[in-house]
Amino acid sequence: MILESKKINRRSFLKVSALTGGGLLLSFNMLTGCKPDEIEKLGAPDEWFRLNGFIKIGENGLITIMSPNPEGGQNVKTSMPMLVAEELDAVWKNVVVEQAPLDTDNFTRQFIGGSQAIRTSWIPLRTAGATARQLLILAAAQTWNVPQNEIKTESGYLTHESSGKKAHYGEMASIAATLPIPEQIPLKEISDFKLIGKSHQNVDIKKIVTGKPLFGIDYKKEGMKYAMIIHPPAFGLRLKSFDAEKAKVLPGIQDVFRIKSLQDDYPRTFFDTVQFTDLIAIVGDSTWQVLQAKKAITAEWEEIDSYVEERDMFGRPGSREVPAGLESESTQEAKMLKATQSPSQLRRDGNPEKAFAEAYKIIEKTYTAPFLVHNCMEPMNFFADVRDNKVLAAGPLQKPELTEQALSQRLGIPIENIEIEMTRLGGGYGRRSYAHWLIEAAVISQQVGSPVKLTYTREDDMSAGIYRSRYQLIYRAALDDNNQLIGFHVIGGGLPENPLHANRFPAGAIDNYLAEGWEVPSNVTTGSFRAPRSNFNASAEQSFLDELAEEMGKDPIEFRLELLKKAKDKPVGERNDYDADRYIGVLELVKTKSNWNTDNPEISKGVSAYFCHNSYAAQVVELKKENGTPKINKVISAIDCGIVVNPDAAKNLCEGAVVDGIGTALFGKQSFENGIPQSQNFDTYRMIRMSEAPEKVETYFVENSIDPTGLGEPAYPPVFAALANALYQNTGQRFYDQPYIDQLNTLSNT
Amino acid sequence: MATYNLKINGKSLQVDVDPNTPMLWVLRDHLDLVGTKFGCGIAQCGACTVHMDGNAVRSCQLPVSAVESSEITTIEGLSEEGDHPVQKAWIEHDVPQCGYCQAGQIMSAAALLKSNPSPSDADIENAMNGNICRCGTYTRIKAAVKTASQNL
Repeated sequence: MILESKKINRRSFLKVSALTGGGLLLSFNMLTGCKPDEIEKLGAPDEWFRLNGFIKIGENGLITIMSPNPEGGQNVKTSMPMLVAEELDAVWKNVVVEQAPLDTDNFTRQFIGGSQAIRTSWIPLRTAGATARQLLILAAAQTWNVPQNEIKTESGYLTHESSGKKAHYGEMASIAATLPIPEQIPLKEISDFKLIGKSHQNVDIKKIVTGKPLFGIDYKKEGMKYAMIIHPPAFGLRLKSFDAEKAKVLPGIQDVFRIKSLQDDYPRTFFDTVQFTDLIAIVGDSTWQVLQAKKAITAEWEEIDSYVEERDMFGRPGSREVPAGLESESTQEAKMLKATQSPSQLRRDGNPEKAFAEAYKIIEKTYTAPFLVHNCMEPMNFFADVRDNKVLAAGPLQKPELTEQALSQRLGIPIENIEIEMTRLGGGYGRRSYAHWLIEAAVISQQVGSPVKLTYTREDDMSAGIYRSRYQLIYRAALDDNNQLIGFHVIGGGLPENPLHANRFPAGAIDNYLAEGWEVPSNVTTGSFRAPRSNFNASAEQSFLDELAEEMGKDPIEFRLELLKKAKDKPVGERNDYDADRYIGVLELVKTKSNWNTDNPEISKGVSAYFCHNSYAAQVVELKKENGTPKINKVISAIDCGIVVNPDAAKNLCEGAVVDGIGTALFGKQSFENGIPQSQNFDTYRMIRMSEAPEKVETYFVENSIDPTGLGEPAYPPVFAALANALYQNTGQRFYDQPYIDQLNTLSNT
Repeated sequence: MATYNLKINGKSLQVDVDPNTPMLWVLRDHLDLVGTKFGCGIAQCGACTVHMDGNAVRSCQLPVSAVESSEITTIEGLSEEGDHPVQKAWIEHDVPQCGYCQAGQIMSAAALLKSNPSPSDADIENAMNGNICRCGTYTRIKAAVKTASQNL
């Protein structure tokens, strides 16, 4: 039995204002902690002393650090506790990391999204560590009767030099836990960091490579039933009726019934996106039996009427127009073409119309990209146990706090009775920001009165997506008779979302600039996808700049640098959402690291650079010809994300972003015919595989002392255009339409 | 329903299931061996890879009725202590991001090295191309397979 001192449950830290309120005391199960090897070495303590919401110290010196955010592969479960441990002066091998559940009393922003985890926790998490360290110092000062400023900490020990006293943290933890929390604790200088900036292994690595239960889909509980849903086969349809008589009598089937997930009048917020709210639920004893029953159900569907969904967009009123009808690729295209004719102005500098009227030459190119599916390898799933006016839910989701509201309202159960455990995510990429499947699981559990695990099949997952929008960008450049750039015009649009960031580069670098946009509503649900909007904005913009540089007879990197120097020295316009110096920094670094100016006749290179989510990334793709077709030899990334907390993990994330971006640019596509998603599994939705991945991926970070910005997203957008630009060098053809594979296949057939 | 006596990870285990039930669900739902993952259900992603008599197979397409006399090894049984050379190499290269596909990747790699201890790059790609990694850790996977090959 491991005790936890309960007198200190008010020590929630991050929400300093909430310190006097009673924080939720978390149950602690040693088995859920990470790095079990360390427990074996040091042994489990008899008692834990909680110093604040993040830190518990055992009497034997073992330290538990809570990782507040969900882990979906960005490695925050390692890097966030590192921030705490750094300021605590803990020795990492004696730290056990525990995944926190959703706990709004003790933690803020338990989100995956926007590449914000490290950026927003940089000060709060370090402060949590520093405060606990100070409590331990005060406890030692009291115990030894020496001045606190004479006590030093190092590697989990407190020492007082002149008296020769020494104690490990565990010896002072019980006293430290009773002391008032000090205020105004100074943080370390960057030069004093011992953990931050050094690579530390993924704390879950051993469990991952040995197949231990970590993911939501692995969750089990006594008496748990297995559940699946059937949703309409096409966007624009809803459930009319169904016949489950054959299914209900199949072995292992407990029930088949209709559910309503979100009620039609529920005041939706930004992440409550879901199109199919009337569903058929199947509950049984095993996944396979439920799958058989699913196939035995017949249903009738009917077309939806047009409606407008009111939305609360983070405090501002918003809405989503949902048209009736069964959309197809061609009907969508006709609507997009029409909308392109009447865009709205987003930004205007100088006199772009005059510049284009006086142009000696106008270059105009159109770029397109299809809907994309997130395709998390772990299909959507959630465990829910809704009984006795209480909810226990467990599974993978990116924004648990937001889902909790919808869950409470839908079930009629107060938020304080809802407990959400966060399991490791088998991928997120934005898809798990929308947690309708958690609502569905809970509604099913409430109806059958037992715990259930809802699992989507891959087909459910791919055909009921919250897809990346279908996009288009038209770029126009006006050149004078000296081949100088005198005007720039961009029209962005999408179904249903416009990808254009009108105030980003090259805005600010061009005297006569016009940005316009349009949006076409759709009943296909769309939403966040790794580096939302930027993922296409970057690919089109950076492809166009490459073509423009060539047209102007300039080196593509030098051309970008010229524009950036202008944006730095003589910025145009009021609002330019980027830092030209940091942009220049990554371009200079990638130029050096890729030996840009060294010609190798066997290698074709393409460059691209982009800013998003507060960080800067430049990439060079190197292609060589193998059996007549282009093969990706190497990709070099230069990233400025400020201080890098865990370098090897950061590199892994950037390598993944490069591979993901290349795969998406080459193969990613979802489309619709009569509302029916055309790809429903990996036999038709092509994913990048090992043989198509680059031979080498190199990542370099700009070394600076800027507080960390973001990483998961910024490394992703540039590579699309770097690939397209390298393909041009390799094949002599420009690539305007994603996925590029269609054009590549045409090339290899000729 | 029928009773099957299975040999899994060196143990004899009995299940009472429909003969068509894929091993994936027998392992996950009936035997609590959840290390083998569900990804696509149509043998396209490799997340469910296990060994049948030493060969890598996709357990989502392997009915329990076809297994009975064969030895099945899952990620949980690849080594006693998680110290198979492939597992050690995965740790050394800190391969995973989300980690979901990695059990399948490891099982494919272990089967490859068993039949071909010194694979070429092309051999590795051939053996591993059936395993999708959505996070894009392929370069590390390839490096880890090579490390494991050296440490066999």
